[in-house]
Amino acid sequence: MAAPAPPSTRPARRLAPYAFLTPAVILFALFFALPIGYAVYLSFRAVHIKGLGLGSHARTEVWAGLSNYSSALTDSELLSGSGRTLLYGALLVPTMLGGALLLALMLDTPRVRLRAFSRLAIFLPYAVPGIVASLLWGFLYLPTVSPGYFLLARAGIGGPDLLHGNGLFVALANIAVWGGTGFNMIVIYTSLRALPADLYEAARLDGCSELQIALRIKIPMVAPSLVLTFFFSMIATLQVFSEPMTLKPLTNSLSSTWSPLMKVYRDAFVQGDIYSAAATSVVIAVVTLILSFGFLKLVNKRSDGGS
Amino acid sequence: MSTDLTRRAVPAARRRTAPAPGSTPGGPAAPRRRTAWTPTLILLLGAVYCLVPIVWVVMAASKSSQELFTTFTFAPGSGLLHNLADLSHYRDGVYWRWLANSALYAGVGALLSAALSGVTGYALAKYRFKGRTALFNILLAGVLMPPVTLAVPQYLLMAKAGLADSYWSVLLPSIVSPYGIYLARIYAAAAVPDEVVEAARVDGAREFRLFRSIALPIMVPGLVTVFLFQFVAIWNNFLLPYIMLGDDHKFPVTVGLYSLLQQGANAPALYTLVITGALLSVVPLIALFLGLQRYWRIDLLSGAVKS
Repeated sequence: MAAPAPPSTRPARRLAPYAFLTPAVILFALFFALPIGYAVYLSFRAVHIKGLGLGSHARTEVWAGLSNYSSALTDSELLSGSGRTLLYGALLVPTMLGGALLLALMLDTPRVRLRAFSRLAIFLPYAVPGIVASLLWGFLYLPTVSPGYFLLARAGIGGPDLLHGNGLFVALANIAVWGGTGFNMIVIYTSLRALPADLYEAARLDGCSELQIALRIKIPMVAPSLVLTFFFSMIATLQVFSEPMTLKPLTNSLSSTWSPLMKVYRDAFVQGDIYSAAATSVVIAVVTLILSFGFLKLVNKRSDGGS
Repeated sequence: MSTDLTRRAVPAARRRTAPAPGSTPGGPAAPRRRTAWTPTLILLLGAVYCLVPIVWVVMAASKSSQELFTTFTFAPGSGLLHNLADLSHYRDGVYWRWLANSALYAGVGALLSAALSGVTGYALAKYRFKGRTALFNILLAGVLMPPVTLAVPQYLLMAKAGLADSYWSVLLPSIVSPYGIYLARIYAAAAVPDEVVEAARVDGAREFRLFRSIALPIMVPGLVTVFLFQFVAIWNNFLLPYIMLGDDHKFPVTVGLYSLLQQGANAPALYTLVITGALLSVVPLIALFLGLQRYWRIDLLSGAVKS
């Protein structure tokens, strides 16, 4: 690390950054590091019950070794929950980012009408809480109140069942697509706007169509922001929680362990087993970190090899 | 322009062969001011999709309980004022309290978060010191932690500290925003010129004064963005308050609506209250959004990944 300015000999300047960083470090330690450490500690503990578990000394916390982990990793419910989350992500992420990229490119096309209106309308769902979005869509999925079903019935067609079986994946992914497309569109559109116009001026003069310019010039140029949006979408997908929680009252086919995080919540707060919940959440965190760093490494390799 | 000679020859050829960019195939040679219809149409479709649930909730909130399940969904009803009165009377106006709580959590939390991000981002961008990269990476890893992994031990630690089910339990964890720090760092690095800082140093300014009177004013636009992001994130947050709070007088509006919906599953009469509440909860955020549109600097996000 080369300092741009000659290093000053004044102690104030050497100490200043540490002083500036102190509040963040203290808060980070208290609300991030300490809870994580505590979760790791709890994941190696368990409650030992003597006799009937009555009396003040009947329940004691004991060292449990890796038993919480082995039961978490062999838990079929966690495995199927992860499978469900993967399927949900496979539906959600390509749809959302494909839509965001398409709309961003449309916004960036010359001579488009109603540009400001569309941009705002598509970005608007970002301001709607996930709970409220799930609530609104939940009502729109109910055949008794939904305009979609009403119109289909008028046309004599039975609508799809979005609250049971595989329809549920579509229902949940749609809520997230609705909420996230606009935000990602803005991110991609912003990086499109940052490209120098003369990049495709030459291509236009050579008679390239807007479509060719989009495919051959614009998309490769905004690849970094596509990587960024993909990365954040992937992390958000792993943490799906509030949407299925909200839809649960509307359907009987959403179990309380539909997604891994819902299982953590149930173990900790419904069944009161904080130890196995801690182990499961540590496993989820480790998987998230491995995926994130693996992804970042892959991207950095690619971009080092490329231009 | 160094390739003038070759460029000159191209337009003539282009006029003969290629259609004007953006013109519809088969159309006559296009004048410059022609609307690009296909992109406009795609954008409008996206806008309609994003507005459907919003339009629906506006209509549904105006219906009485009877109308909700009997009249066409996109027809306005006759009961909006009645629904608002019902909502205000529900448990002595607890709904308004939820809105006020949300405003408090989001307003105070985002303000503190922006301040902390500003001072931390500035220190990380403008000083070279031991442990800078390590510290930044640790802070960034905080982004990747699944909220549930944090929330369960955070709750247990808060309970130990006697702070569970208090305003502090929701407010304190939302102050450190790794994301906000990251944005503030990018902004400080790009916007605060090293020469100005150095010149002030030569004039003998103290480090803190330097930050407060020189760097901070320059960083305001970036920090407003951090404030807005954080405001939306806290306002829309469900998991943390849901886990921390038990007393519904401290609920933010997301958790409040969720608890209403839970009861609504057994009492459909509450549905109109939920829908009216959902509409009202979205209004302040959309207003904030439209009012402060100019201050959103989303380009900060796009400049994040260097290829």
